[in-house]
Amino acid sequence: MAKKHIFSKKRIFGEFSLSFPSMLWLIIFFLIPTLIIFAIAFKPADPLGGIGSGWTFQTILALKNPNYPQIIWRTIWMSCVTTFFTLALAIPIAYHIARIPPGRRDFILLLTIVPFWTSFLIRIFAWKAVLHPEGLLKHALVYCHLISPETLLLYRPEAVLLVMIYTELPFAILPLYAAAEKFDFSLLEAALDLGASRLRAFFNVYIPGIWNGLLSACLMVFIPSIGSYVIPDVVGGTDSMMLGNIIAQRIFVERNLPHASALSTILILAMLIPLLFFLKGKKNKVGRIKKSTRGIE
Amino acid sequence: MIKKSKIPGIITWLVLLFFYLPIILLVVNSFNLSRTGGSWDGFTLKWYAKLWNAKYVWTALKNTLFVAFFATIISTIIGTTAAFALHLYKGKFQKTHYCLIYTPLVIPEILLGISLLLFFVSVKIDLGFTTMIIAHVTFCVSYVTMAVLSRLQDFDMTILEASRDLGANTWQSTTHILLPMVMPGMLAGALLAMTLSVDDFVISFFVAGPGSTTLPIQIYSMIKRGSMPLINALSTLLLSVTFLMILVFQILTKHKKKQSVLNVE
Repeated sequence: MAKKHIFSKKRIFGEFSLSFPSMLWLIIFFLIPTLIIFAIAFKPADPLGGIGSGWTFQTILALKNPNYPQIIWRTIWMSCVTTFFTLALAIPIAYHIARIPPGRRDFILLLTIVPFWTSFLIRIFAWKAVLHPEGLLKHALVYCHLISPETLLLYRPEAVLLVMIYTELPFAILPLYAAAEKFDFSLLEAALDLGASRLRAFFNVYIPGIWNGLLSACLMVFIPSIGSYVIPDVVGGTDSMMLGNIIAQRIFVERNLPHASALSTILILAMLIPLLFFLKGKKNKVGRIKKSTRGIE
Repeated sequence: MIKKSKIPGIITWLVLLFFYLPIILLVVNSFNLSRTGGSWDGFTLKWYAKLWNAKYVWTALKNTLFVAFFATIISTIIGTTAAFALHLYKGKFQKTHYCLIYTPLVIPEILLGISLLLFFVSVKIDLGFTTMIIAHVTFCVSYVTMAVLSRLQDFDMTILEASRDLGANTWQSTTHILLPMVMPGMLAGALLAMTLSVDDFVISFFVAGPGSTTLPIQIYSMIKRGSMPLINALSTLLLSVTFLMILVFQILTKHKKKQSVLNVE
């Protein structure tokens, strides 16, 4: 008994000393700073660009700016469109990669990941160069009489969406591939043998089979999209500004930190609400599968 | 056997083209005399020569490596201890610990950046190298932990007990068995941390001070100011470094696989 006591004491000491560095670091530099965002939304701004003393509702009231609802709506809308197109492309790609022979599979998987080990800014810049008014794509499209020489390819919402899809695609392909790899493809054949059309087999057998991978791909794309800041800043114009741009503007141009933190609070809410929705979807799905297996029993 | 649909394959190859085309164009344009890259005006190395003389780029590179060096070391140590804690102990405390490690991975970078900026301003720490290193460690720790943790899960912990039974003390079993086993995980974690630190722009932009401009921040201001050919040349050099690193990594891992097969035989 006494020996066990000493052992458990040692065990707790071991657990504590191993957890201590990361816990302390993340509490100080992650948890507290995140909570500070909420707190500073109730602080007045300091004319020098710092944070004033005392508490106020002024910052929250300042959010009534008539431009904000539109920007918040655009941020959510553009993130949804990005997520939709990214998944629409990533699902067939993941399916294709999972079905090719293992030798070639690693190579193609590597090909999809390699561009994304390169710098994020360089990839965005590469697109800016392609879409540039004097760039290659513009020349090619004008040459083919598809657009008039006055059309601007850069600085519009479509350009932002294109580059967002480009940067997020691998983050959707990876979890979808991981799910597709575990999927039993003979189930699809069985569905076809039983008379299902190809499309029906795809949506009723394949999609439920990779459901959890699909949900995590959704989150992997949606969450960074909603926090986008660099892409709309570099390839977007004033009519494609997102919440991240406004936050950055408040910080770097106006030096109004409380206002920026109030906007960040909105960003957190815009991210959390779909997150809870997705998590619920995940649970429901597991419940439904359980129910259906019970039905089989 | 059903006939496979050709559509997924076609989409895959088109998307791969979509992935590489802008990058290839960028590399080609770094040798193009034309400023905007709309047409091919002839081969030149003058952008590389200009880049060579751009002192601010090299200072930024030095700063980047300085921050990455410390961020990698600190985050590898903290991340490894965290991975051990998560692997060895289960319970409510570790569940909280895991949550704390996992959340920074899913939060948008801009929120991490702004929260750290607000924190540093609140506690009145001047922005500079210290704040940069702290910020980089904060987002690297989670990645290192995950890399080491996945390695630990493959590791048979009973070997440690066996070494103890055979008379090794704690120090011996740690240095002779545990460390060599987790070394590859730690190296992978450190490599990941270094890559993330060198590449990070958003968080760095929020917490950088006047003298601590890193390469991504420098590239961003070049993109904004519009010295396009210079960025093409710089990007081509950085891309070459990345591709070379991937190649070396691939060769190393392949070599290891062969070795382990030989050992089994």
